[in-house]
Amino acid sequence: MRITLLDELDLAHWVTVNAKREGVKDVAVDISKSREVSVSFRDGKMDELKESTRKSMTLGIYVDNKYSSHTTNDMRRDSVIEFIKKAVAMTKYLGEDKYRQLPDPKYFQDMEYQDLQIRDVSYETIQSNQRVELARTLEEGGRQRSDKVISCTGEYGDNFTESLKVTTNGFVGEKISTSFYAYCDASIKDDQGNIVEGSDNTNMRHFEDLDNSGKISHTAVDRALRKIGQKKIASGVYDMIVINRRASRILGTVLRSLSGRSLQQKNSFLIDMLDNKIASDILTIVDDPFIPRGIGSRLYDREGMAAHKRSIIENGVLKSYLIDSYYGRKLGMEPTGGGTSNLILNYGEKSLDEMVAEMKRGILVTGFLGGSSNETTGDFSYGVNGFLIEDGKAIQPINEMNISGNFKDLLNRLTEIGNDPHLISSQRFASLKFEDVQFSGL
Amino acid sequence: MTEITRRKFLKTGAKGAVLISVPYFFRLNPMAVLAAPEDDLMSVSDYFQHFGVNGAIIREVMETALSRGGNYCDLFFQHSINTYIGLEDDVVSRASTSVDFGVGIRVLKDDQTGYSFTEEITPEAMKLAARTAANIASGPAGTTATQFSARIPADYYPIRTSWESVEIDKRIPLIQKAGELAQSKDSRIVKTRAYLSDGVSYMLLATSEGVVSYDYQPMMRISISCTAEQNGKRENGSHNLSGRRGIEFITDDKIEYMTQKAVDQTVGLFDAVKPEAGEMPVVLAAGSSGILLHEAIGHGMEADFNRKGTSIFADKMGKKVAENFVSIVDDGTNQHMRGSINIDDEGNESQKTVLVENGILRSYLHDQISSRYYKVKPTGNGRRQSFRHQPLPRMRNTYMLPGPYKKEEIIASVKKGIFAETFAGGQVNIGPGDFSFYVKTGFLIEEGKVTRPVKDINIIGNGPEVLGRISMVADDFKFAEGGWTCGKSGQRVPVSVGLPSVLVSSITVGGVN
Repeated sequence: MRITLLDELDLAHWVTVNAKREGVKDVAVDISKSREVSVSFRDGKMDELKESTRKSMTLGIYVDNKYSSHTTNDMRRDSVIEFIKKAVAMTKYLGEDKYRQLPDPKYFQDMEYQDLQIRDVSYETIQSNQRVELARTLEEGGRQRSDKVISCTGEYGDNFTESLKVTTNGFVGEKISTSFYAYCDASIKDDQGNIVEGSDNTNMRHFEDLDNSGKISHTAVDRALRKIGQKKIASGVYDMIVINRRASRILGTVLRSLSGRSLQQKNSFLIDMLDNKIASDILTIVDDPFIPRGIGSRLYDREGMAAHKRSIIENGVLKSYLIDSYYGRKLGMEPTGGGTSNLILNYGEKSLDEMVAEMKRGILVTGFLGGSSNETTGDFSYGVNGFLIEDGKAIQPINEMNISGNFKDLLNRLTEIGNDPHLISSQRFASLKFEDVQFSGL
Repeated sequence: MTEITRRKFLKTGAKGAVLISVPYFFRLNPMAVLAAPEDDLMSVSDYFQHFGVNGAIIREVMETALSRGGNYCDLFFQHSINTYIGLEDDVVSRASTSVDFGVGIRVLKDDQTGYSFTEEITPEAMKLAARTAANIASGPAGTTATQFSARIPADYYPIRTSWESVEIDKRIPLIQKAGELAQSKDSRIVKTRAYLSDGVSYMLLATSEGVVSYDYQPMMRISISCTAEQNGKRENGSHNLSGRRGIEFITDDKIEYMTQKAVDQTVGLFDAVKPEAGEMPVVLAAGSSGILLHEAIGHGMEADFNRKGTSIFADKMGKKVAENFVSIVDDGTNQHMRGSINIDDEGNESQKTVLVENGILRSYLHDQISSRYYKVKPTGNGRRQSFRHQPLPRMRNTYMLPGPYKKEEIIASVKKGIFAETFAGGQVNIGPGDFSFYVKTGFLIEEGKVTRPVKDINIIGNGPEVLGRISMVADDFKFAEGGWTCGKSGQRVPVSVGLPSVLVSSITVGGVN
């Protein structure tokens, strides 16, 4: 990999030399620097203006079969020397853990550079008045959308992040990325004096991909307007569609139970399920790190292992756990990489509108409110809001209801996946339809 | 051994810091700390030295910050040191530390905010950040106070030993012991994990109105989590203790108590069932069920939402919202509690703020911007996650005062409902006032008696509606023992909650039909 962060590379090498001098076996150095700017508008005037740069360095220290990690934002070299000494001294007090080692070089030697297009070079040319104008347009668009709007916030922000990773067993990698977001939220008061809220946002790697038409401000207000008159309805068993941008509450939570730590610590409801059917046939989840301009795109993972495209679930069968090198050693399993990058599904044919139109009676869930799940057993219970659907039409906005169940069961009740991947997230989930879900309300 | 003061921490911190990198200003100017006067009360100068600044530099930065017409600014210096050690598979084999250091510069033009921070506390870097924050305004330069006077903070969390001077070999045995105890208490326990995390934060605040204040804020949490197996089923449970406390808090008795709680919770889950779905009476156990207040009313009383007209409580001030025996406070002055603060992050004194007094809504929770807007005195609720964030109205320790009933009579009054005992988080939509909280464990109540255990149920309702449905309050008030952290606008701050046993006459419980 070609490295452009030469000052950081120099610092990282200098750190490894000095750490070795303190007697460490290995050290992993992560240096990152980011610049964040955001502007928000409310009531026709600028509400907040924020702009700052941050930096940090984290050392993973491996000494005498012991490990610890240490982060600082003071990177002047005389401070760093002191920092290394303390870090090494502290590590030596810990208990031995023979599983703590850097990943075997075979997991990064085949890493090939490719341009993921996650850095927009036009970032440097964005002027502060452009940022202000974007935020102003959003707020104005929202405020003027309806005379029921009592408060509306429009926000624009961007971020430039550089990070470098160096390890003493030969890994060197860097990631430079940009992201640009726009956000709008609106509060609306109905004729009875009840307040409802709506929001919308977008998030892109390239400035040119950001929708600057102000459309999201209209969506935010329209979402609030549709909630007017929301109420809870009778408890019961209903079919459920979960809208694409909220599907991660279900699929994202299930994926957490696939981590090496959850398995090894016996805290997962998916222990010993590899190559077993855990979900409906239509569910396929692929982790693809190489999507151009993808929010989760990357060449290597947190530990420095080369990223690969892989199937996690294929036609309902569990094909891969998410195992980092430490828990791989502990479990005696091949590491697959601890986290995920861009998650994609085997998308269906129908749009959300079509899915709703075909629903006889059920609930469209557009938002979650609180709730949690038990990773060990798969039990879950979440607050939800959305719409009661009858004969293909949303006839009543609902709120203050819960869904409850167990993921083992729910995953098998998945009957349809939409054609609408949520592209502004690293979890490109689509709208999901489940049959016979337990709702509690009145 | 006596409890030492903020003043002395600076000295022990300078000489005895074993775990973490000592910030550069100590090494550049090692005599500064030793030369400070031996007066425990006068410590602004110590904090100035700690951050390597003085009144003249601060004034210069403020003049830059207000150069474009801002009418208020503050500088928030912070140095925080956090340490974590963890036990897994019987070995304390994981640790991490972090050192964070910087200054946040905020400029207000009425209710508009410009914010920037820098991690380099040099006059040049601070002025650069100040110029950025200044851009919120455009007009003739505002004015800065010529004199600073110290606002001496209260002392709600004295501790015996500063965490920076506690060596790691004093910490390791604590979680080692917790892990061993949990394993020994029940043969069904197959895995235990424990951790101890602690942090300290030195903060110095100066405002353009001439107020200078400072604080030393300790925080700790010790936690144990267990997984048990029985007949091929697995369950997981945990317990933790948290507060602004020193290591002396973690006695053998506390470790014994915490592990017993975690083990009981874990193995108790094997018998747990799911309740019926729908509306029913819920009895909240004394303690961490105060999460109900945090979500049902606390957030809705944060004055930024009311200032914007977006809270369901915006038009309810002075009105009756609950039964006469319901009184709710948000208090920053409780000894050693997680949400206690000696001074808020805008330099305003911490206080006990009454939200609901005998059923009547009394006061919002204010920060600088909202107290100016409403022309009221600040309530000391201006808090921020760190120097990288601007202050917002935030809760501290939110709790209900004891009422006239007994826990036993409350349970006996319920024909069919839920007794909710341990909790795992909550959330609220400020506008409509919908809120929910997750019950990790509890019991069914049948014919006035606690019967089978229940687990993993979400409870959801509407804030003002549920407040009105609090129909009995017991005399057995308790604070939460574990650590709660509140998230708002991307900022996390430590808080606590508390409640006596309470009956909510009807609320929606997640369950099966």
